[in-house]
Amino acid sequence: MATAEHLSKQFDVDLETLRSRMLQMGGLIESQILAAIEGFYTGNLKALEQVIENDRRVNAYEVSIDTECSHIIARRQPAASDLRMIMGVSKAVTDLERVGDEAKKIAVVSKQIHESGRLQIPRLADIRSAGSVVVGMLRKALDAFARLDSVAAAEVIRDDAAIDEAFRGIVRQLITFMMEDPRTISTALEIVWIARALERMGDHSKNLAEQVIYIVKGTDVRHTNFEDVERQASR
Amino acid sequence: MVANPAPEIAPVAVASAPVPSKKSESRGLGFYYGSYQALKNINMPIYEKKVTALIGPSGCGKSTYLRCFNRMHDLYPGNRYEGNIMLYPDHTDILNPEVDPIEVRMRISMVFQKPNPFPKSIYENVAYGLRVRGERKRALLDEKVEEALRGAALWEEVKNRLDDLAFNLSGGQQQRLCIARALATDPEMLLFDEPTSALDPIATASIEQLLAELKEKITILIVTHNMQQAARVSDYTAYMYLGELIEFDATDTIFMKPMNKQTEDYITGRFG
Repeated sequence: MATAEHLSKQFDVDLETLRSRMLQMGGLIESQILAAIEGFYTGNLKALEQVIENDRRVNAYEVSIDTECSHIIARRQPAASDLRMIMGVSKAVTDLERVGDEAKKIAVVSKQIHESGRLQIPRLADIRSAGSVVVGMLRKALDAFARLDSVAAAEVIRDDAAIDEAFRGIVRQLITFMMEDPRTISTALEIVWIARALERMGDHSKNLAEQVIYIVKGTDVRHTNFEDVERQASR
Repeated sequence: MVANPAPEIAPVAVASAPVPSKKSESRGLGFYYGSYQALKNINMPIYEKKVTALIGPSGCGKSTYLRCFNRMHDLYPGNRYEGNIMLYPDHTDILNPEVDPIEVRMRISMVFQKPNPFPKSIYENVAYGLRVRGERKRALLDEKVEEALRGAALWEEVKNRLDDLAFNLSGGQQQRLCIARALATDPEMLLFDEPTSALDPIATASIEQLLAELKEKITILIVTHNMQQAARVSDYTAYMYLGELIEFDATDTIFMKPMNKQTEDYITGRFG
Protein backbone atom coordinates (compact mmCIF):
# COMPACT_ATOMS: atom_id res chain seq x y z
CA MET A 1 0.00 0.00 0.00
CA ALA A 2 1.29 3.44 -0.86
CA THR A 3 2.01 5.27 2.35
CA ALA A 4 3.92 8.29 1.04
CA GLU A 5 2.18 11.65 1.20
CA HIS A 6 0.24 13.12 -1.66
CA LEU A 7 1.56 16.17 -3.44
CA SER A 8 -1.65 17.77 -2.25
CA LYS A 9 -1.36 18.18 1.51
CA GLN A 10 -5.04 18.94 1.75
CA PHE A 11 -5.85 15.54 0.27
CA ASP A 12 -3.72 13.90 2.97
CA VAL A 13 -5.58 15.90 5.61
CA ASP A 14 -8.96 14.94 4.13
CA LEU A 15 -8.14 11.23 4.11
CA GLU A 16 -6.68 11.31 7.61
CA THR A 17 -9.75 13.13 8.93
CA LEU A 18 -11.94 10.49 7.34
CA ARG A 19 -10.01 7.64 8.90
CA SER A 20 -9.91 9.15 12.36
CA ARG A 21 -13.60 9.99 12.23
CA MET A 22 -14.34 6.38 11.47
CA LEU A 23 -12.23 5.23 14.39
CA GLN A 24 -14.00 7.70 16.69
CA MET A 25 -17.33 6.30 15.53
CA GLY A 26 -16.04 2.80 16.28
CA GLY A 27 -14.96 3.83 19.76
CA LEU A 28 -18.37 5.30 20.52
CA ILE A 29 -20.08 2.12 19.34
CA GLU A 30 -17.83 -0.08 21.48
CA SER A 31 -18.82 1.84 24.57
CA GLN A 32 -22.48 1.64 23.52
CA ILE A 33 -22.30 -2.17 23.38
CA LEU A 34 -20.64 -2.42 26.76
CA ALA A 35 -23.12 0.00 28.34
CA ALA A 36 -26.10 -1.83 26.84
CA ILE A 37 -24.98 -5.21 28.15
CA GLU A 38 -24.17 -3.75 31.55
CA GLY A 39 -27.66 -2.25 31.59
CA PHE A 40 -29.17 -5.66 30.77
CA TYR A 41 -27.63 -7.11 33.91
CA THR A 42 -27.98 -4.18 36.31
CA GLY A 43 -31.33 -2.82 35.16
CA ASN A 44 -29.95 0.74 35.41
CA LEU A 45 -32.68 2.49 33.43
CA LYS A 46 -30.86 5.81 33.16
CA ALA A 47 -27.82 4.12 31.66
CA LEU A 48 -30.02 2.27 29.17
CA GLU A 49 -31.76 5.49 28.19
CA GLN A 50 -28.37 7.08 27.59
CA VAL A 51 -27.46 4.29 25.16
CA ILE A 52 -30.72 4.84 23.29
CA GLU A 53 -30.12 8.58 23.17
CA ASN A 54 -26.50 8.20 22.01
CA ASP A 55 -27.58 6.33 18.90
CA ARG A 56 -28.30 9.71 17.34
CA ARG A 57 -24.60 10.53 17.57
CA VAL A 58 -23.74 7.23 15.87
CA ASN A 59 -26.12 8.07 13.03
CA ALA A 60 -24.65 11.56 12.72
CA TYR A 61 -21.20 10.03 12.26
CA GLU A 62 -22.50 7.83 9.45
CA VAL A 63 -24.02 10.76 7.60
CA SER A 64 -20.97 13.00 7.97
CA ILE A 65 -18.51 10.30 6.94
CA ASP A 66 -20.56 9.38 3.86
CA THR A 67 -20.88 13.04 2.91
CA GLU A 68 -17.13 13.49 3.22
CA CYS A 69 -16.56 10.41 1.03
CA SER A 70 -18.73 11.96 -1.70
CA HIS A 71 -16.86 15.25 -1.44
CA ILE A 72 -13.50 13.54 -1.78
CA ILE A 73 -14.69 11.66 -4.87
CA ALA A 74 -16.00 14.88 -6.41
CA ARG A 75 -12.91 16.90 -5.60
CA ARG A 76 -10.12 14.42 -6.09
CA GLN A 77 -11.26 11.63 -8.43
CA PRO A 78 -9.22 9.24 -6.31
CA ALA A 79 -7.53 6.25 -7.91
CA ALA A 80 -6.17 2.87 -6.83
CA SER A 81 -5.55 2.61 -3.07
CA ASP A 82 -7.13 6.01 -2.37
CA LEU A 83 -10.25 4.99 -4.27
CA ARG A 84 -10.41 1.67 -2.45
CA MET A 85 -10.08 3.50 0.86
CA ILE A 86 -13.05 5.74 0.06
CA MET A 87 -15.18 2.84 -1.21
CA GLY A 88 -14.18 0.69 1.76
CA VAL A 89 -14.90 3.40 4.33
CA SER A 90 -18.26 4.16 2.76
CA LYS A 91 -19.30 0.52 3.06
CA ALA A 92 -17.72 -0.07 6.48
CA VAL A 93 -19.52 2.92 7.94
CA THR A 94 -22.86 1.35 7.02
CA ASP A 95 -21.90 -1.80 8.93
CA LEU A 96 -20.73 0.26 11.91
CA GLU A 97 -24.00 2.16 12.02
CA ARG A 98 -25.89 -1.16 12.05
CA VAL A 99 -23.77 -2.31 15.00
CA GLY A 100 -24.84 0.88 16.72
CA ASP A 101 -28.47 0.07 15.95
CA GLU A 102 -28.09 -3.40 17.45
CA ALA A 103 -26.61 -1.91 20.63
CA LYS A 104 -29.60 0.39 20.86
CA LYS A 105 -31.92 -2.60 20.38
CA ILE A 106 -30.25 -4.38 23.28
CA ALA A 107 -30.81 -1.31 25.43
CA VAL A 108 -34.46 -0.99 24.36
CA VAL A 109 -35.25 -4.65 25.07
CA SER A 110 -33.34 -4.61 28.37
CA LYS A 111 -35.32 -1.57 29.43
CA GLN A 112 -38.58 -3.38 28.59
CA ILE A 113 -37.54 -6.45 30.57
CA HIS A 114 -36.55 -4.45 33.65
CA GLU A 115 -39.46 -2.02 33.56
CA SER A 116 -41.87 -4.91 33.66
CA GLY A 117 -39.80 -6.57 36.40
CA ARG A 118 -39.75 -9.74 34.42
CA LEU A 119 -36.18 -10.94 34.63
CA GLN A 120 -37.04 -14.13 36.44
CA ILE A 121 -34.99 -16.67 34.58
CA PRO A 122 -31.45 -17.17 35.82
CA ARG A 123 -29.17 -14.35 34.65
CA LEU A 124 -27.40 -15.66 31.61
CA ALA A 125 -23.65 -15.38 31.97
CA ASP A 126 -23.47 -16.34 28.33
CA ILE A 127 -24.80 -12.94 27.21
CA ARG A 128 -21.93 -11.16 28.95
CA SER A 129 -19.31 -13.49 27.53
CA ALA A 130 -20.81 -13.35 24.03
CA GLY A 131 -20.84 -9.58 24.44
CA SER A 132 -17.15 -9.44 25.24
CA VAL A 133 -16.31 -11.65 22.24
CA VAL A 134 -18.28 -9.27 20.02
CA VAL A 135 -16.59 -6.20 21.44
CA GLY A 136 -13.25 -7.94 20.95
CA MET A 137 -14.09 -8.65 17.31
CA LEU A 138 -15.15 -5.07 16.67
CA ARG A 139 -12.06 -3.71 18.36
CA LYS A 140 -9.83 -6.03 16.34
CA ALA A 141 -11.56 -5.05 13.08
CA LEU A 142 -11.15 -1.34 13.85
CA ASP A 143 -7.55 -1.91 14.84
CA ALA A 144 -6.95 -3.79 11.57
CA PHE A 145 -8.46 -0.79 9.76
CA ALA A 146 -6.27 1.69 11.66
CA ARG A 147 -3.12 -0.26 10.88
CA LEU A 148 -4.28 -1.43 7.43
CA ASP A 149 -3.46 -4.98 8.51
CA SER A 150 -5.14 -7.52 6.27
CA VAL A 151 -3.88 -10.51 8.26
CA ALA A 152 -5.53 -9.24 11.45
CA ALA A 153 -8.68 -8.56 9.43
CA ALA A 154 -8.71 -12.18 8.24
CA GLU A 155 -8.62 -13.32 11.87
CA VAL A 156 -11.76 -11.32 12.60
CA ILE A 157 -13.52 -13.08 9.77
CA ARG A 158 -12.55 -16.42 11.30
CA ASP A 159 -13.75 -15.31 14.77
CA ASP A 160 -17.29 -14.76 13.48
CA ALA A 161 -17.89 -18.51 13.60
CA ALA A 162 -17.44 -18.41 17.38
CA ILE A 163 -20.19 -15.81 17.74
CA ASP A 164 -22.57 -17.83 15.59
CA GLU A 165 -21.88 -20.86 17.82
CA ALA A 166 -22.40 -18.81 21.01
CA PHE A 167 -25.72 -17.56 19.67
CA ARG A 168 -26.93 -21.07 18.98
CA GLY A 169 -25.85 -22.10 22.49
CA ILE A 170 -27.81 -19.27 24.09
CA VAL A 171 -30.93 -20.15 22.09
CA ARG A 172 -30.67 -23.79 23.14
CA GLN A 173 -30.41 -22.75 26.78
CA LEU A 174 -33.39 -20.45 26.50
CA ILE A 175 -35.49 -23.17 24.86
CA THR A 176 -34.75 -25.38 27.87
CA PHE A 177 -35.98 -22.65 30.25
CA MET A 178 -39.09 -22.07 28.17
CA MET A 179 -39.94 -25.77 28.17
CA GLU A 180 -39.44 -26.04 31.93
CA ASP A 181 -41.53 -23.02 32.77
CA PRO A 182 -43.87 -21.43 30.22
CA ARG A 183 -44.11 -18.27 32.35
CA THR A 184 -40.57 -17.41 31.28
CA ILE A 185 -41.43 -17.48 27.58
CA SER A 186 -41.94 -13.75 26.95
CA THR A 187 -38.75 -12.80 28.78
CA ALA A 188 -36.81 -15.62 27.14
CA LEU A 189 -37.94 -14.45 23.70
CA GLU A 190 -36.72 -10.95 24.47
CA ILE A 191 -33.36 -12.37 25.47
CA VAL A 192 -33.25 -14.23 22.15
CA TRP A 193 -33.53 -10.79 20.49
CA ILE A 194 -30.59 -9.61 22.54
CA ALA A 195 -28.51 -12.64 21.62
CA ARG A 196 -29.54 -12.17 18.00
CA ALA A 197 -28.39 -8.55 18.14
CA LEU A 198 -24.98 -9.73 19.34
CA GLU A 199 -24.80 -12.27 16.55
CA ARG A 200 -25.62 -9.57 14.02
CA MET A 201 -22.90 -7.36 15.47
CA GLY A 202 -20.45 -10.17 14.79
CA ASP A 203 -21.61 -10.32 11.17
CA HIS A 204 -21.15 -6.57 10.76
CA SER A 205 -17.67 -6.67 12.29
CA LYS A 206 -16.84 -9.40 9.82
CA ASN A 207 -18.07 -7.17 6.98
CA LEU A 208 -15.84 -4.38 8.26
CA ALA A 209 -12.87 -6.75 8.23
CA GLU A 210 -13.69 -7.76 4.64
CA GLN A 211 -13.55 -4.09 3.66
CA VAL A 212 -10.13 -3.76 5.31
CA ILE A 213 -8.84 -6.59 3.12
CA TYR A 214 -10.34 -4.87 0.09
CA ILE A 215 -8.69 -1.57 0.99
CA VAL A 216 -5.29 -3.16 1.58
CA LYS A 217 -5.21 -5.86 -1.09
CA GLY A 218 -7.73 -4.70 -3.65
CA THR A 219 -9.44 -8.09 -3.51
CA ASP A 220 -13.12 -8.45 -2.73
CA VAL A 221 -13.34 -11.40 -0.33
CA ARG A 222 -17.03 -11.11 0.44
CA HIS A 223 -18.86 -14.40 -0.01
CA THR A 224 -15.64 -16.45 -0.32
CA ASN A 225 -14.65 -19.28 1.98
CA PHE A 226 -12.20 -18.70 4.78
CA GLU A 227 -9.22 -20.51 3.22
CA ASP A 228 -9.40 -18.16 0.21
CA VAL A 229 -9.72 -15.15 2.52
CA GLU A 230 -6.60 -16.11 4.44
CA ARG A 231 -4.67 -16.65 1.24
CA GLN A 232 -5.69 -13.26 -0.22
CA ALA A 233 -5.01 -11.43 3.03
CA SER A 234 -1.50 -12.68 3.48
CA ARG A 235 -0.28 -12.39 -0.14
CA MET B 1 -26.63 -20.48 -41.81
CA VAL B 2 -27.64 -21.11 -38.25
CA ALA B 3 -27.85 -17.91 -36.25
CA ASN B 4 -25.85 -17.88 -33.04
CA PRO B 5 -28.10 -18.13 -29.98
CA ALA B 6 -28.28 -14.89 -28.02
CA PRO B 7 -25.41 -14.88 -25.56
CA GLU B 8 -26.43 -15.66 -22.01
CA ILE B 9 -25.73 -12.98 -19.51
CA ALA B 10 -22.55 -14.31 -18.03
CA PRO B 11 -22.38 -14.85 -14.30
CA VAL B 12 -19.94 -12.47 -12.64
CA ALA B 13 -16.72 -12.71 -14.63
CA VAL B 14 -14.14 -14.38 -12.46
CA ALA B 15 -11.48 -15.16 -15.04
CA SER B 16 -10.11 -12.27 -17.07
CA ALA B 17 -11.70 -11.45 -20.42
CA PRO B 18 -10.20 -13.09 -23.53
CA VAL B 19 -7.16 -11.17 -24.82
CA PRO B 20 -7.97 -9.36 -28.08
CA SER B 21 -5.78 -9.68 -31.15
CA LYS B 22 -2.77 -7.43 -31.59
CA LYS B 23 -2.62 -4.69 -34.18
CA SER B 24 0.95 -3.83 -33.39
CA GLU B 25 3.76 -4.70 -31.05
CA SER B 26 6.98 -3.00 -29.99
CA ARG B 27 9.93 -5.31 -29.48
CA GLY B 28 13.08 -4.08 -27.79
CA LEU B 29 12.24 -0.59 -28.98
CA GLY B 30 14.85 2.03 -28.23
CA PHE B 31 15.23 5.57 -29.50
CA TYR B 32 18.07 8.08 -29.43
CA TYR B 33 17.97 11.83 -29.97
CA GLY B 34 21.61 12.03 -30.98
CA SER B 35 23.45 10.44 -28.08
CA TYR B 36 20.58 10.84 -25.62
CA GLN B 37 18.57 7.66 -25.14
CA ALA B 38 14.92 8.66 -24.87
CA LEU B 39 13.37 5.19 -25.05
CA LYS B 40 14.74 2.04 -23.46
CA ASN B 41 13.77 -1.47 -24.44
CA ILE B 42 10.01 -0.99 -24.80
CA ASN B 43 8.09 -4.23 -25.26
CA MET B 44 4.39 -3.58 -25.54
CA PRO B 45 1.34 -4.78 -27.48
CA ILE B 46 -1.24 -2.49 -29.05
CA TYR B 47 -4.53 -4.36 -29.21
CA GLU B 48 -6.70 -4.09 -32.26
CA LYS B 49 -9.75 -1.80 -32.16
CA LYS B 50 -8.98 -0.79 -28.61
CA VAL B 51 -7.85 2.52 -27.18
CA THR B 52 -4.44 2.37 -25.53
CA ALA B 53 -3.40 5.36 -23.44
CA LEU B 54 0.17 6.39 -22.68
CA ILE B 55 0.57 8.27 -19.41
CA GLY B 56 3.53 9.48 -17.43
CA PRO B 57 5.23 12.65 -16.22
CA SER B 58 6.77 15.17 -18.61
CA GLY B 59 9.86 13.82 -20.30
CA CYS B 60 8.95 10.16 -19.77
CA GLY B 61 9.05 9.42 -23.52
CA LYS B 62 5.38 8.99 -24.30
CA SER B 63 5.31 11.44 -27.23
CA THR B 64 8.67 10.14 -28.42
CA TYR B 65 7.19 6.64 -28.41
CA LEU B 66 4.08 7.78 -30.24
CA ARG B 67 6.13 9.43 -32.98
CA CYS B 68 7.96 6.21 -33.70
CA PHE B 69 4.72 4.74 -35.01
CA ASN B 70 4.46 7.12 -37.93
CA ARG B 71 8.18 7.60 -38.44
CA MET B 72 7.98 11.28 -37.54
CA HIS B 73 11.47 11.15 -36.13
CA ASP B 74 12.76 10.53 -39.67
CA LEU B 75 12.16 14.19 -40.39
CA TYR B 76 15.03 15.29 -38.16
CA PRO B 77 18.70 14.33 -38.55
CA GLY B 78 20.61 12.61 -35.76
CA ASN B 79 17.74 10.40 -34.58
CA ARG B 80 18.13 6.64 -34.36
CA TYR B 81 15.68 3.80 -33.79
CA GLU B 82 16.48 0.45 -32.22
CA GLY B 83 14.40 -2.74 -32.21
CA ASN B 84 11.11 -3.19 -34.11
CA ILE B 85 7.55 -2.06 -34.22
CA MET B 86 5.58 -4.79 -35.93
CA LEU B 87 2.33 -4.03 -37.68
CA TYR B 88 -0.16 -6.87 -38.10
CA PRO B 89 -1.56 -8.80 -39.84
CA ASP B 90 1.14 -8.37 -42.48
CA HIS B 91 4.07 -8.44 -40.01
CA THR B 92 5.60 -5.27 -41.42
CA ASP B 93 8.34 -3.72 -39.29
CA ILE B 94 7.44 -0.02 -39.33
CA LEU B 95 11.01 0.94 -38.42
CA ASN B 96 12.66 -0.98 -41.24
CA PRO B 97 14.45 1.64 -43.39
CA GLU B 98 13.24 -0.19 -46.48
CA VAL B 99 9.62 0.51 -45.52
CA ASP B 100 8.40 3.77 -47.07
CA PRO B 101 7.48 6.23 -44.30
CA ILE B 102 4.81 7.83 -46.50
CA GLU B 103 3.10 4.48 -46.78
CA VAL B 104 3.36 4.05 -43.01
CA ARG B 105 1.72 7.45 -42.55
CA MET B 106 -1.15 6.46 -44.82
CA ARG B 107 -1.82 3.44 -42.64
CA ILE B 108 -1.10 5.15 -39.32
CA SER B 109 -2.34 8.73 -39.05
CA MET B 110 -1.66 11.27 -36.36
CA VAL B 111 -3.68 14.04 -34.71
CA PHE B 112 -1.74 16.66 -32.79
CA GLN B 113 -2.30 18.71 -29.67
CA LYS B 114 -2.86 22.01 -31.37
CA PRO B 115 -5.38 21.72 -34.21
CA ASN B 116 -3.36 22.34 -37.38
CA PRO B 117 -5.64 22.44 -40.41
CA PHE B 118 -4.03 23.41 -43.70
CA PRO B 119 -4.67 26.96 -44.98
CA LYS B 120 -7.23 25.55 -47.37
CA SER B 121 -10.94 24.89 -47.50
CA ILE B 122 -12.59 22.31 -45.28
CA TYR B 123 -13.04 20.06 -48.32
CA GLU B 124 -9.45 20.37 -49.48
CA ASN B 125 -8.10 19.64 -46.01
CA VAL B 126 -9.81 16.28 -45.95
CA ALA B 127 -9.14 15.49 -49.61
CA TYR B 128 -5.44 16.31 -49.40
CA GLY B 129 -4.16 12.88 -48.42
CA LEU B 130 -6.22 11.27 -51.15
CA ARG B 131 -4.95 13.70 -53.77
CA VAL B 132 -1.36 12.97 -52.69
CA ARG B 133 -2.18 9.33 -53.28
CA GLY B 134 -3.16 10.21 -56.83
CA GLU B 135 -6.92 10.19 -56.50
CA ARG B 136 -8.53 12.46 -59.17
CA LYS B 137 -12.11 11.33 -59.54
CA ARG B 138 -14.33 14.04 -58.09
CA ALA B 139 -17.15 11.65 -57.24
CA LEU B 140 -14.86 9.40 -55.25
CA LEU B 141 -13.25 12.34 -53.45
CA ASP B 142 -16.69 13.71 -52.57
CA GLU B 143 -17.69 10.35 -51.17
CA LYS B 144 -14.51 9.90 -49.13
CA VAL B 145 -14.61 13.46 -47.81
CA GLU B 146 -18.19 13.01 -46.63
CA GLU B 147 -17.37 9.65 -45.09
CA ALA B 148 -14.39 11.09 -43.21
CA LEU B 149 -16.33 14.14 -42.00
CA ARG B 150 -19.14 11.90 -40.81
CA GLY B 151 -16.59 9.68 -39.07
CA ALA B 152 -15.30 12.75 -37.25
CA ALA B 153 -18.84 13.83 -36.28
CA LEU B 154 -18.39 17.07 -38.22
CA TRP B 155 -20.43 16.54 -41.41
CA GLU B 156 -23.73 18.01 -40.21
CA GLU B 157 -22.01 21.19 -39.09
CA VAL B 158 -20.02 21.79 -42.29
CA LYS B 159 -21.87 20.06 -45.13
CA ASN B 160 -23.21 23.36 -46.47
CA ARG B 161 -19.92 25.19 -46.31
CA LEU B 162 -17.27 22.78 -47.47
CA ASP B 163 -15.54 25.54 -49.41
CA ASP B 164 -15.13 27.76 -46.36
CA LEU B 165 -11.62 28.19 -45.03
CA ALA B 166 -10.84 25.69 -42.30
CA PHE B 167 -9.56 28.54 -40.08
CA ASN B 168 -13.11 29.83 -39.74
CA LEU B 169 -14.05 26.81 -37.63
CA SER B 170 -13.93 26.82 -33.82
CA GLY B 171 -11.07 25.06 -31.99
CA GLY B 172 -13.08 21.91 -31.35
CA GLN B 173 -14.32 21.84 -34.94
CA GLN B 174 -10.79 22.34 -36.28
CA GLN B 175 -9.62 19.40 -34.22
CA ARG B 176 -12.41 17.26 -35.58
CA LEU B 177 -11.43 18.41 -39.06
CA CYS B 178 -7.90 17.19 -38.35
CA ILE B 179 -9.38 13.87 -37.29
CA ALA B 180 -11.39 13.74 -40.53
CA ARG B 181 -8.22 14.49 -42.47
CA ALA B 182 -6.52 11.62 -40.64
CA LEU B 183 -9.46 9.30 -41.37
CA ALA B 184 -9.63 10.08 -45.08
CA THR B 185 -6.87 7.65 -46.01
CA ASP B 186 -8.65 4.76 -44.23
CA PRO B 187 -5.89 4.27 -41.71
CA GLU B 188 -5.62 1.15 -39.59
CA MET B 189 -4.36 3.06 -36.61
CA LEU B 190 -4.80 6.58 -35.26
CA LEU B 191 -2.26 8.30 -33.07
CA PHE B 192 -3.42 11.13 -30.82
CA ASP B 193 -0.89 13.36 -29.13
CA GLU B 194 -2.77 15.14 -26.30
CA PRO B 195 -5.65 15.87 -28.65
CA THR B 196 -7.80 17.84 -26.21
CA SER B 197 -5.19 19.79 -24.21
CA ALA B 198 -5.98 22.95 -26.15
CA LEU B 199 -9.76 22.53 -26.06
CA ASP B 200 -12.51 23.58 -23.64
CA PRO B 201 -14.36 20.93 -21.60
CA ILE B 202 -17.29 20.61 -23.98
CA ALA B 203 -15.09 20.19 -27.05
CA THR B 204 -13.00 17.74 -25.03
CA ALA B 205 -16.04 15.66 -24.16
CA SER B 206 -17.15 15.54 -27.78
CA ILE B 207 -13.70 14.38 -28.91
CA GLU B 208 -13.75 11.72 -26.20
CA GLN B 209 -17.14 10.55 -27.41
CA LEU B 210 -15.74 10.43 -30.92
CA LEU B 211 -12.89 8.21 -29.74
CA ALA B 212 -15.42 5.77 -28.32
CA GLU B 213 -17.10 5.59 -31.73
CA LEU B 214 -13.90 5.46 -33.76
CA LYS B 215 -12.46 2.52 -31.88
CA GLU B 216 -15.16 0.27 -33.29
CA LYS B 217 -13.27 0.40 -36.57
CA ILE B 218 -9.77 1.66 -35.84
CA THR B 219 -7.01 0.97 -33.35
CA ILE B 220 -6.18 4.05 -31.29
CA LEU B 221 -3.06 5.08 -29.37
CA ILE B 222 -3.40 8.25 -27.33
CA VAL B 223 -0.89 10.22 -25.30
CA THR B 224 -2.49 12.23 -22.53
CA HIS B 225 -1.25 14.01 -19.46
CA ASN B 226 -4.79 14.04 -18.13
CA MET B 227 -5.10 10.88 -16.10
CA GLN B 228 -8.82 11.07 -15.75
CA GLN B 229 -9.08 11.24 -19.53
CA ALA B 230 -6.95 8.10 -19.79
CA ALA B 231 -9.27 6.43 -17.28
CA ARG B 232 -12.36 7.55 -19.20
CA VAL B 233 -11.41 6.77 -22.77
CA SER B 234 -8.93 3.92 -22.80
CA ASP B 235 -9.17 0.14 -22.60
CA TYR B 236 -5.47 -0.32 -21.89
CA THR B 237 -3.04 2.03 -20.19
CA ALA B 238 0.75 2.16 -20.27
CA TYR B 239 2.66 4.06 -17.61
CA MET B 240 6.06 5.30 -18.70
CA TYR B 241 8.87 6.89 -16.76
CA LEU B 242 12.29 8.09 -17.89
CA GLY B 243 12.02 6.31 -21.22
CA GLU B 244 10.95 2.96 -19.84
CA LEU B 245 7.66 1.14 -19.79
CA ILE B 246 6.89 0.66 -16.11
CA GLU B 247 3.51 -1.01 -16.33
CA PHE B 248 0.99 -1.97 -19.00
CA ASP B 249 -2.42 -3.43 -18.24
CA ALA B 250 -6.17 -3.07 -18.65
CA THR B 251 -7.19 0.45 -17.63
CA ASP B 252 -9.51 -0.81 -14.90
CA THR B 253 -6.63 -2.68 -13.31
CA ILE B 254 -4.18 0.21 -13.56
CA PHE B 255 -6.63 2.60 -11.93
CA MET B 256 -7.98 0.23 -9.26
CA LYS B 257 -5.07 -2.01 -8.33
CA PRO B 258 -1.79 -1.34 -10.15
CA MET B 259 0.96 -3.88 -9.60
CA ASN B 260 3.83 -1.44 -9.49
CA LYS B 261 4.34 1.06 -6.69
CA GLN B 262 5.67 3.69 -9.13
CA THR B 263 2.45 3.45 -11.12
CA GLU B 264 0.40 3.68 -7.94
CA ASP B 265 2.34 6.74 -6.76
CA TYR B 266 1.85 8.50 -10.10
CA ILE B 267 -1.84 7.93 -10.47
CA THR B 268 -2.64 8.78 -6.86
CA GLY B 269 -0.69 12.00 -7.00
CA ARG B 270 2.06 10.87 -4.67
CA PHE B 271 4.57 11.41 -7.42
CA GLY B 272 7.30 13.77 -6.32
